[in-house]
Amino acid sequence: MKAYDDGGWNPYLAGALVGVLSIVSVAFTGKYLGASTTFVRAAASLEQTVAPERVAGNVYYKKNTAKLDWQGMVLIGILAGAALGALHDRSFKAESVPPMWEERFGPNIWKRGAVAFVGGMFALFGARLADGCPSGHGLSGLMQLSVSGFVSLVFFFAGGLLVANLIYRRHA
Amino acid sequence: MTMITGLLTGLVFGFLLQKGRVLRYEKQLGALRLMDMTIIKFMLSAILVGMVGLYVMQDLGMDVLQLKPSIMGGNIIGGLLFGIGWGLFGLCPGTAIGALGEGRWHALFGIFGMILGASVYAALHPWMSETVLTWGDFGKITIPDALGLNHWIVIVVMILLVLALFRWFEKLKL
Repeated sequence: MKAYDDGGWNPYLAGALVGVLSIVSVAFTGKYLGASTTFVRAAASLEQTVAPERVAGNVYYKKNTAKLDWQGMVLIGILAGAALGALHDRSFKAESVPPMWEERFGPNIWKRGAVAFVGGMFALFGARLADGCPSGHGLSGLMQLSVSGFVSLVFFFAGGLLVANLIYRRHA
Repeated sequence: MTMITGLLTGLVFGFLLQKGRVLRYEKQLGALRLMDMTIIKFMLSAILVGMVGLYVMQDLGMDVLQLKPSIMGGNIIGGLLFGIGWGLFGLCPGTAIGALGEGRWHALFGIFGMILGASVYAALHPWMSETVLTWGDFGKITIPDALGLNHWIVIVVMILLVLALFRWFEKLKL
């Protein structure tokens, strides 16, 4: 069923190396991988340009200020690291609609864009309410055997399974 | 220094995410549609290796654990909302950035959506912290704490369960 493979490493190996990376990161810098807080900081910095008083008065933005921190640098690194990997194995591709989506829902960029936008909104809102995303809760939380990581990951998949199977059940 | 270690960590992480092929919409929806378990293999492998390393360090007295509070209201409702959004977008916060690095620029729509979602959450956080985030707050607990078991028992059981799951995936060619 794996119709979209184009090489790449064994996922067990690549995953295990992420485990090693996590250990090294925690041992030397005391930092755990995560991603979603950076989107709060990005929102704060954008809102600051239009409504600075709103940002200044918001408790959540006070906790997550509009600054580029370690995690923000990780995301910049992910962007560059993924680009390097893709150039290295020649899988870099300017893609406007994901192939699996296109097969079912057609090549309209705006249709895909609208669904992705709404999905992104729910995803980040949920990640902040849960206090983590698949990196922070899934990887970092579960490798610490945290109850919050385990419960969140189970419900990430529960919601995802439900929606993915609903939208791909029949033609839209 | 913090900024440099962040960048280096991200570079390696992004490279490995790309090599593991987990930055693709097809791989994430493939897992959610139960057709291709690549992302599950990747995540669980990282978790198994990380878990052993972290608990060895913890037992050596390095005090490495940084647990997030287990608040069932937030973890369950937030988790479900995340999942619903993930099923629609097909990428998560970290992999969306990586997908963009691979040239999959359609990820930008979801990235903009995520920034808006963060803004909406920031506005509603005061209300959430008086309601949802007070429901079922167990504090910073681990699975071994909750079960009253030594962490190595939990780790060994988890390794065995995950290896059995991997064998099953390979048997079904998922």
